[in-house]
Formats: sequence, structure tokens, C-alpha cells
Amino acid sequence: MNLADKKRLLREMLFARRFEERCYEAYVERKIGGFLHLYSGEEACAHGVLEAAKKGQDYVITSYRDHVHAIKCGADPKKVMAELYAKETGSSKGRGGSMHIFDVEHHFMGGYALVGGPFPLAAGMAKAIKMKGDDDIVICFLGDAANNQGTFHESLNMAKLWDLPVLYVCENNLYGIGTRIDRSTAVIDQYKRVSGYNIPSTQEDGQDVEKVFKAAKQAVDHVRSGKGPYFLELMTYRYRGHSMSDSNAYRSKDEERMWSNRDPIIMLRDRLIEAGELTRADYKAMDTEVLDEIEDEVIAFAESSPEPRVDELQKYTLAENDPWVFGGGR
Amino acid sequence: MVELMCWEAIRRAHDEEMTNDPLVICMGEDIGVAGGTYKATNGLYDKYGPERVIDTPISENGYTGLGIGASFLGVRPIIEIMSVNFAWLAMDQLFNSAAKVRYMSGGQLTAPVVVRSAGGAAHQLGAQHSARMEKVFMGIAGLRVVTPSNPRQAYGMLKSAVRCNDPVFINEHELMYNMKGEVPDEEYFHPLEGSEVVREGRDVTLFGYNISVHWCVQAAATLSKQFGIEAEVVDLFALSPLDRAGIVASVRKTHRVVIAEEAEPVVGVGAEVMAIINEECFFELDAAPVRVSAVNAPVAYNHTLEKAAIPNAGDVVAAVRKMFGK
Ligand SMILES: Cc1ncc(C[n+]2csc(CCOP(=O)(O)OP(=O)(O)O)c2C)c(N)n1
Ligand SMILES: [Mg+2]
Repeated sequence: MNLADKKRLLREMLFARRFEERCYEAYVERKIGGFLHLYSGEEACAHGVLEAAKKGQDYVITSYRDHVHAIKCGADPKKVMAELYAKETGSSKGRGGSMHIFDVEHHFMGGYALVGGPFPLAAGMAKAIKMKGDDDIVICFLGDAANNQGTFHESLNMAKLWDLPVLYVCENNLYGIGTRIDRSTAVIDQYKRVSGYNIPSTQEDGQDVEKVFKAAKQAVDHVRSGKGPYFLELMTYRYRGHSMSDSNAYRSKDEERMWSNRDPIIMLRDRLIEAGELTRADYKAMDTEVLDEIEDEVIAFAESSPEPRVDELQKYTLAENDPWVFGGGR
Repeated sequence: MVELMCWEAIRRAHDEEMTNDPLVICMGEDIGVAGGTYKATNGLYDKYGPERVIDTPISENGYTGLGIGASFLGVRPIIEIMSVNFAWLAMDQLFNSAAKVRYMSGGQLTAPVVVRSAGGAAHQLGAQHSARMEKVFMGIAGLRVVTPSNPRQAYGMLKSAVRCNDPVFINEHELMYNMKGEVPDEEYFHPLEGSEVVREGRDVTLFGYNISVHWCVQAAATLSKQFGIEAEVVDLFALSPLDRAGIVASVRKTHRVVIAEEAEPVVGVGAEVMAIINEECFFELDAAPVRVSAVNAPVAYNHTLEKAAIPNAGDVVAAVRKMFGK
């Protein structure tokens, strides 16, 4: 990773953080409804991994905590915010919401709300890639608690059995909502759980974007070379509650402080400053620019966009005018 | 026309569609090397190979989800779930992923998978192998549900379902795989919406689907011969969406309705058909509609109890006679 890449990544992660913080405000203002799961604190995971992937080409799928992954894949932040605002201009035309961001054009194949749901979907996309003989891969980001679903085991087994080109990234933020991992899971190190399926795996610091990138590069190369699936565990932490409706009362202040001292954005910023590649003033300017962009472009777009039309409520339920519904005729 | 058994018709549809499009695959438990529990994929493994005829682990939710994911990228999977009783385990992926992805992505992504599964009460298979689950599938928006009553439909529906851009659930019947019937020599695509008038009649409409169509046809013959009642038999081969117009047209003609279903009555096809009639043409009725349904209990192993729980042609005849006071 060269200096320009590092600076770009810093800006991207800062943008992600400010975007999520602005979502928080908009939620409090009741501009955003439903469930809202923020990614603040975990930015190095999506950014480090996807930096190692082919942008817009490799396929990405994840859970409900999906805004940042979508944007990193190339989704227009304006459309993501408009989706959160439930507008017709949103990425899912206001039908999806925060947990269901999609940008198929950029191969962001969606956010899914059922914990563990994307495991087999990712394996299936990998099956399709393999059948077509393409050299793209699928990257599936899910949380630590998702690994206690049956789909985890079923999918890992099939992915290895058929050597499918899929990288499973476990964003281990130590909690599934309010339940700490040691209270829900017999084996704490998630990367060890896949050895039963003969899938290679590693654990990496998920707060250091350069380390994530390096580990991901190795994982991506493995998968792309046709050797089958890989499992990458990233140790991370979310700053906010699980969703906006979470009191966050189950975590100690000490624990929170410890992790905020390992903030992925601050760590990269300070590294660049120490190396003399960035000044505090540069960073401040970058931040101002990001905040302005979010306010003047992203929020303005979402605010001014129209709502979906009620007479199109049933649109997208089934395919429209599919000739095969009528036996190929009509 | 050729005479085929249902399983042969389904196998032929697989074969033709797999020849037609290299992205059509089939997957399920024991469908490859073993040829399929009901032989519906017999010989295809040798012809198309393990990449396209996939023996899956016993992971219903997992392989259904895998098929759905493959369909996101243009593959057309035909997924066989050995028995509908096991399809419960795949409902998460079928309902939460396949049925909803088009809607929640604002039309960006669709899941054109076909899931075929054998339901119905067969012979003394016990409570966990005798489910009739069509009522569950037809309650889910975003999923098409069809159910063949003969080899022609079984063949043509599968072919249309493979090409249709929606997820389609095909509800087959364990007792019907060896049923014979005529299938066109040439390619045939059966519609996935609508209904078929199997027998014309003026006095009463007997609505059936899948196996109960056969009870209705048999009952209609008895009613005509012994009681002078001319029953119209309508095959509701599409359960979701149901053919509202077809239902109404027949009721307008006969003004009397009996619905035969192999499942328990609660929240079932009969209930739904009655609701449609109430909503669309209540004042056309000359008598209150009647359901002929299974007894609301798990299916027993004991043969006598099993037979008593599941309706048959005689029950349909009895329901019509009661309606006519004959
Ligand atoms: C099948 C299912 N069960 C329960 C829930 C409720 N739920 C939503 S998120 C969550 C915790 C998931 O934690 P993890 O996988 O670690 O992801 P994180 O939220 O920490 O990123 C739970 C229990 C759900 N959405 N789906
Ligand atoms: Mg977690």
C-alpha cells in the first residue's frame, strides 16, 4: 500500500465514520426509522478487506450492518442515505431500509437481516462464478454471533466440499447484541472453529487497516487461485449500541475506553503524522471537507428526494410481464 | 402424445432444460449418483456430470440458500427437497431470502430458483412424513406456488418454472410419481397462473388441486351416474397467485361450491377459495360453500386411522349429496 492509498483509505474511513454519525443524528431527529445498526469502530475491517479485493468486480454480501460495506464497494452515499430516509431515490427505492442496502451494479449483493442468512447465499454465488469459469470471488462479512447458526456449518461444509471461491470474513466485535461471546460460544477464537471443515483461517487485529489489508490480500489470493474457501477473523469493536434501540448497558466503561484507544482512524492518522506524511491541519481540512460533503450533498439529496408512490406498493413483489408465467405465450 | 409417468415427465423436463441452458443445474439429496428418491433425475448425473447434478449434504436450509445465491448470478437451480416435511428447514432461505430479495432490493436482484418437493400422505409414513404444506408456501408474497395433478402439468410446469424470473415452489405428491398420463411429444410450457376446467358441469363446482383433482373427477362421475348431478371440476394448479377470475367464472355458472383438499382445513386452500368467493361473488351462491379436508390432527401410522384422516372421492360425493339433499 503506497502513501496515496493510505491517505485515500484514511479519508474513506473518516467519511464512513462521519456518515454513520450523521445517521445517528438523523435517527434521533426521526428522519430515519426502523432498526439502524452503525459500524463506527469497525471501519478498518471492511476497508482493509475490500482494499484487497477487485472493486466492483468481486461480489460482496453482508448483514444488516451494511452501509459502509456498500459505500466501499462503490455505492453512491447519496443513494444509501436516501434509502435510510426511505426515499424513491434510495438504493432499494425505499423498500429496503438500513438493513437492506443493495447495489448490484457494483456487485454489492445486499445486506440481510437474518443472522447467518448470507452464509449459503455467498457460497451459492461462488458456485455460479465457478460454473462460469470467472476469476471473481465472493466476500461474505458477518458477525461473530452468526457463527452459531446452522447456516455457518452447512455453508462451510459445502464451500469446502466443492472448493468454492468464497472468503468468509468474521467481524468479531465480541458481542451479539448484549451477549458477550464467552456467554454464547464454546470456542472463543472463531478462526479455530473452521478447522473441522479443513478450511484455512487466520485471526488478525481488525483495528489496524494495514494489517487487515495484508491478511486479506493473502486470503483473497488463496481464494482467487482456486484453492477453495478461506476464513478470516478480525478482532474489532463497535462503539455504539447494537442498534439505536440498544441501551449498551452491558459493557464496562473500561472495556469501551480500551477499544477507543485503538480507534482505526486515529491509529492510521497518527501513523501518517508520525511519518511526516500528514499534518494535523491536513487532517482537520480533510474532516471539514468530509462533513461538508455529507451535509451539502448526501443529506441534501436525501432530504429533497421524493417518497415512493403508494400506487407502486406491490411493484417488485414478482417479475413484471414474465412470459413464462403464461407458458411462454402472450 | 406419449404416455409417461409423472417421474418420467419431470425427468424429461430436467433433461430438456439442462440441454437448453448450461446454467440450469439440479441439486438435492441423493439426486445424482443414486438417481433421486422418485427417479426424477435418474441418469442425469451421467449425462451432465457432478458440477450440474449435485448431490448435496443433508443441509436443507444450506443448499436451498446456496441455490438461491447461485440464482443471483444467473444460474437456474432446480432444487429437490426429498419431502416437504424437510422443507420446513429450508423455509428461512426460501421465505426470507428468495421471496423477498426482489422487493427489498427495489427490483435489483431476483432469485429465479425452482424448489420441487414431494408432499402428501402416502402409505403409513407417520406424522413426520405425511405433511401437506402448500398452505404455508402460498401464504408468502414473492413466491409462486404451483402443484401438478398429472404428468403433462408436472412436465410443463417445471419447464416454465425454470425459465420464469420468480422463485417457484412446485408441490408434488408422493403417491403420484407413478401416475401415467399423456404428455405432448413436442416441448410444452404449462402456465404458472390460472386454472383448468377438467370437466364441464352446470350444477356444482368441485375445486381441487394436485391429488384432490382426481377425487373430484371420480366423484363427478359417480354424481352424474347415480344422482343426476352434473359437477364441474376445476383444477387449481396455481396456488399462488390463485386464479380469482377462474374461480368466479365457475361459481357464476354453477352457483354451488365444494372444495377438496388433502390438507387440514385451517388456513388452507379451501379457506382461501371461500374468501375469494365471498369477496367476489357472494350473491351468486345458492348454497353455502363446503370444504372437504383432512382431520385436524397429525397423521397416524395406523392404516385405518390414516385413511380416516385423509379425504377421498367418497367424501366429495357425500358433501355434494348433502348439499343437494340427495
Ligand atoms: C435469525 C435471527 N435471530 C436473531 C436475530 C436478532 N439479532 C439481530 S443481530 C443479532 C446479533 C448478531 O451478532 P453478530 O453476528 O455478532 O453481529 P454484530 O451485530 O455484532 O455485527 C441478533 C441476535 C436476527 N436478526 N436473526
Ligand atoms: Mg458481534
